[in-house]
Amino acid sequence: MKPLQVILLMLLSWNCLAAVEYRKFEDPQKEQAYHDLIAELRCLVCQNQTIADSNADLAKDLRRQVYEMLQQGKSQTEIVEFMTQRYGDFVLYNPPFKAKTSLLWLGPVLFLISGLVIVVFLARRGKTPSDETPDSERQALKARAKTLLDDGDRS
Amino acid sequence: MLKYVIPLLLFIVMAVFLALGLKLDPREIPSPLIDKPAPEFSLPVLGNPDRTLSKVDMAGKVWLLNVWASWCFSCREEHPVLNQLAQRHVVPIVGLNYKDEPGAARQWLGQLGNPYNVSIMDQEGRTGIDYGVYGVPETFVIDKQGMIRYKHTGPVSSKDVQEIFLPLIARLQSEA
Repeated sequence: MKPLQVILLMLLSWNCLAAVEYRKFEDPQKEQAYHDLIAELRCLVCQNQTIADSNADLAKDLRRQVYEMLQQGKSQTEIVEFMTQRYGDFVLYNPPFKAKTSLLWLGPVLFLISGLVIVVFLARRGKTPSDETPDSERQALKARAKTLLDDGDRS
Repeated sequence: MLKYVIPLLLFIVMAVFLALGLKLDPREIPSPLIDKPAPEFSLPVLGNPDRTLSKVDMAGKVWLLNVWASWCFSCREEHPVLNQLAQRHVVPIVGLNYKDEPGAARQWLGQLGNPYNVSIMDQEGRTGIDYGVYGVPETFVIDKQGMIRYKHTGPVSSKDVQEIFLPLIARLQSEA
């Protein structure tokens, strides 16, 4: 591989710098809960990353918070509640269905339905010939064509 | 006719949504803490770590909690505005020195001026988490009952002070 390519690949791999700190768990269930939680909490600094993916300082603090709360025997729901009380639903990658988030959840369905309606509408229209020329105009055009043809014969 | 109207309507709908999208700031996350009691804290004072300040010390007053750090670039932009606000002596400003190094923080205040009645050190960022801090600087307006009434994320401009903070503070101070 050429050195330039290597450098390019190294530059592209910056987002692989995931959480590296070591967390010791006695209980494998808690460890699973830890990994589940940090994978569904959003990092509010780099908003398109979970706190598991993000290297931001806040993400580190939030991972520590999750770890400590698990060690204190807090349940997953309690931890999620703790986070939403402070950061709002935005911190959840899987926000609850509420009046405020309804558009978020129903939006895709609405788009699908409107797409289907448009497809059906277009398909139906396609069946009937799309000749919108009114009869009177058609007669006039026919007459004009006839005179043109007749003229052609005469010359 | 319909052939032209439908694409035009679609265009208008899309343009409206995109225009709204441009105006919305995705970094502006509505705080769930508004109109809720400000989280408790008890933190050492910057420059005098033997002393601590806690929420009860501010009870009965309208006060501002400004989250700042010497490593925070936009805090530098905000700082003169806070200095000006402090000179008016209308409201006590408590600085939450967030995840900072005390030496650097004191140097920063020495160079740029200190608008804070007191700054407290949150070196581990735990109080920051309780206040839902995600983008320094942040400013909270807390009322006499210790409720958070307003949160401003990002640097406060002098326009914000005139149009938002001063009227709000005056209103809250007139409350019982």
